[in-house]
Parts: sequence; C-alpha cells; structure tokens
Amino acid sequence: MAEEIKAHITGVVFQVTTKPGDRVAAGDPVIVLESMKMEIPVEAPRAGAVKEIRVREGQTVQEGETVALLE
Amino acid sequence: MFRTVLVANRGEIARRIFRGCRTRGLATVAVYSEADRDAPHVKDADRAIAIGPPPARESYLDIARLIAAARESGADAVHPGYGFLSENWRFAEACAQAGLTFIGPSPEAIRVMGDKTEARRRMAAAGVPIVPGSPEPVADAAAAQRFAATVGYPVILKAAAGGGGIGMAKVMQESELAGAWATATRRAQAAFGRADVYVERYVERGRHVEVQVFGDTKGSVVHMHERECSIQRRHQKLVEESPAPNLAPAVKRGLTEAAVAGARAIGYVNAGTLEFLVDEDNFYFLEMNTRLQVEHPVTEQVTGLDLVVAQLDVAAGAPLPWPQDAVLQRGAAIEVRVYAEDPAKNFLPSPGTITRLTVPTGDGIRIESGVVEGTVVSVHYDPLLFKLIASGSGRPQAIARLTGALETCVVEGVKTTLPLLRTIVAHPDFRRGAVHTQMVEQGAFNG
Repeated sequence: MAEEIKAHITGVVFQVTTKPGDRVAAGDPVIVLESMKMEIPVEAPRAGAVKEIRVREGQTVQEGETVALLE
Repeated sequence: MFRTVLVANRGEIARRIFRGCRTRGLATVAVYSEADRDAPHVKDADRAIAIGPPPARESYLDIARLIAAARESGADAVHPGYGFLSENWRFAEACAQAGLTFIGPSPEAIRVMGDKTEARRRMAAAGVPIVPGSPEPVADAAAAQRFAATVGYPVILKAAAGGGGIGMAKVMQESELAGAWATATRRAQAAFGRADVYVERYVERGRHVEVQVFGDTKGSVVHMHERECSIQRRHQKLVEESPAPNLAPAVKRGLTEAAVAGARAIGYVNAGTLEFLVDEDNFYFLEMNTRLQVEHPVTEQVTGLDLVVAQLDVAAGAPLPWPQDAVLQRGAAIEVRVYAEDPAKNFLPSPGTITRLTVPTGDGIRIESGVVEGTVVSVHYDPLLFKLIASGSGRPQAIARLTGALETCVVEGVKTTLPLLRTIVAHPDFRRGAVHTQMVEQGAFNG
C-alpha cells in the first residue's frame, strides 16, 4: 500500500530531490519547498521507495497536499 | 533635486519611504507584483506600476523591469528599501546609467562591502578589528578544515557574497564540517549565484551590536549611535534597541569610532550600518549593510532625526543636516518584529489571510506596518508583517510601554511571533539587558 507524503506547509516547490524508484530513509528529504525565503524539506515519514512525484519545481502546493507517494 | 521617487520594494518599508517622500513634497511611485495588486503599499503611492508575476526574481528582483517602470512613470530617483536589490551594485549602476538618482551609496561601495571577504580586508586596513577568519574564500571542505584547525572550533561558514544570515553554517566540531560545507556552499550558490564560502571563528554568547553611520557627498561621516540586536533566530533579528544596555562606555566609544573610520575609509555616502560582534570588552567587525536597516526606527526615536528624509536630501547632493555633536541619543527605544511564523513549529512560515488585525496606539508607540485586515500574506516574500517600536525616557519606560502594546496586539488568520515576543520582553535576562545571540536557539524563551 502506497503512503501519501503531504506538504506540512504552503509553499513553492524549490527542488525535487528524488525520483520514482529512489530508496529513501525515514527523514530524508523527498522534495524541498520554499516559503517566505526559507527552504523547507518535505521528509519521508519512513524508509521506502519513492513511487511517484506529484509536483514539479516552481509549482505552488498547499498545506496538506500530497506531493509524492512512498512504497 | 529629483521630483519623483520610485520605491523598488514592498511592504512596510515602501510605505515608510513614501511617508518620507511626502515630507519633502516628492511624488511617489509604487511597484507591485501580481501577488501584491491589493497590497497597502500600492495604495499609498501617487502612481503604481505592475512589474510582473509573484516570484521575486520575475518582479522585485528584475532590474530591467524596474528601470522600465521608472521610465514609464517619469520617476527620476529610485529608493531600493532593504532586501531585494538594495545591496546589488549592478542595480545601483543600472539606475545611474538610466539617469536615475539611486538613493543610497555608490555602486562601488555596495560592491566592496557586499563581498564579505573584501569588506573584512578593507576594514582591517582601516584599523577596524575583525573576527579571526580566512582572508579569502576557502577552496574546499578540506581547506576549510585546515583553516578551522588553526583558529579552533567552533567556527562558522559564511557566504562571501552573503548577508541576512543566508548560507551560514555553524560547525561545533571537525566531524560536522563536511556536511556544513555542502549546505553552506549550496545555499550560497542558490541565493547569491556564487558558492564562495569563508571560515570565521565562532564567538559563542557574543552580542550583536551595530552602529548606524551616515555620510554625505562632501566627505562628512557621522555615527548615529548603536543598536543592540542580539535576539535573533536563524541569524535574523527579532528585537532591536538603542542604546545597547550595559555597554561599557569604552566599548561604545571604540565601536562608534571604528564605524566612522570604516565608513570614511571607503568614502561612504548615505545611510549604512556596520555590524559588530561584542565579546565582553572586545569587538569585531562582522559586515556592513549598505542600505537603510529594518531597525532604523529605534535610531530615529532616540535621536529625533528622520533617516529617510536625510537619505533623500543627501542623495540630492545636500550636505549632512547634522554635525556629529548634534546627533544625541536621548531616552530609549525598542523595536520588535512581528513575523508570520509559528514559533511553536521552529519558526515555520505561516502564510494566509489576515482576518483580524488590531495594532496598539499610545504614548511612545510607533507602528510600521505593511499589512491591513484582509491582506494575503503570500509564500513569495519575507514574512515580516509589522514592526512595533516603543520609546520612553529610559529603558524601563520603553519596556513598560512595549509590554502594554504587545498585550493589546491581535493578529488572526496567520500564526505570528507575538507570543514569543511577549515572553522575551517579560524575561528577566531581557529585563536586565543580559542578552546574547544564542538565546532563542538555546531555548531561553521556551515555555
């Protein structure tokens, strides 16, 4: 069952640091948001493989929005 | 004298500068991105020009668009405010080439002081003490490690092109250096387009004290006393005051003399600030901000002088309106910054719409605000909402007024630093003026 990784803050996608298939550990940044001049990583809640990235760089995301799926 | 001033900025500082322009009978031009169409600063100006989409690099950081906006509006002078292009020498130069008066220092002064390693060399040559550090940017993590070993840990990595705390990384021990190096160089590249990083010894529990200077085109330079700005988070200030409490008279004299000597050495014109780290009786130059500071109101409150109006006059070629002995420091003033951030979540930004806003009024209370009820606080810009400045005949009265004012402040719709500011102002260490730069991060004001 894939797990949704949600943005914990509203911001603009600054960097997509992973791609589908990448292995991540708990706490690894999956994407980096920029909000009010701060870079804020959205981290993997647990270890796993990135299944899907749902955002692209420059896109605005709302708090609670799913940015990626973890397998 | 120029007649129409375009302010290449937004928020509270644009509004503050428009007020200064009106004092001198100057016409005003605002610029705004699509996100700021309904922002208060747009309504404050005589004219407003749209300059592009919400991201700052496509609007407030776009030199060509700003110059075009000045031409279109008939402006003959540009005030950069703080942040954005205010310390970009290319912008100052582009203004000059377009025949616009840049209200600030020369492009050369901005360039020299903007290169933090060159600034350190120039200040050291002028006899200003500097923090022990690498004279040049260091080549790689291994070179940084070798240098750190000579000055001793902790050290701090700083972007050579930096400012505003961006691209700084504190390194407590050798094992942390490689990781900190990667972060600092990446941030420096992203923020300033240059990955150059230098190494300085890190002074723990130091105080951040800065000196306001002002120079004119005739070669006069005065200082306008000091500001204590130690209470910071992420190397950005939250509370500033003048005078700096418990500053030994000899240190104060040393700081102000060094600041004037430093500014004079580079032929500095207009308003600027030299930042120092004070460690007991020693002080070291950190950097110079070649622009008006966010915290300039505390200096205005204790000197009774208008820095923005003086900036306009000096930019128009007038001599400094005050000799050094006319710049007196009377009473005390404290500024707190109300940011749209959540202190409970490690100062995460809190964008949203301001649904309710009550700002205090009263004796000795000054508000510099960029927002009103209904303002959308967007993700694109700095989260500063407004500044609250309290002054009094002395520090106790300023604190009493600030305490009362903070109690009546209401902001709904976004999380703010207000609860933290109330805690700081009530804290016994703040009350007795015993502050240092690590207090917020060390949790002195938690719970």
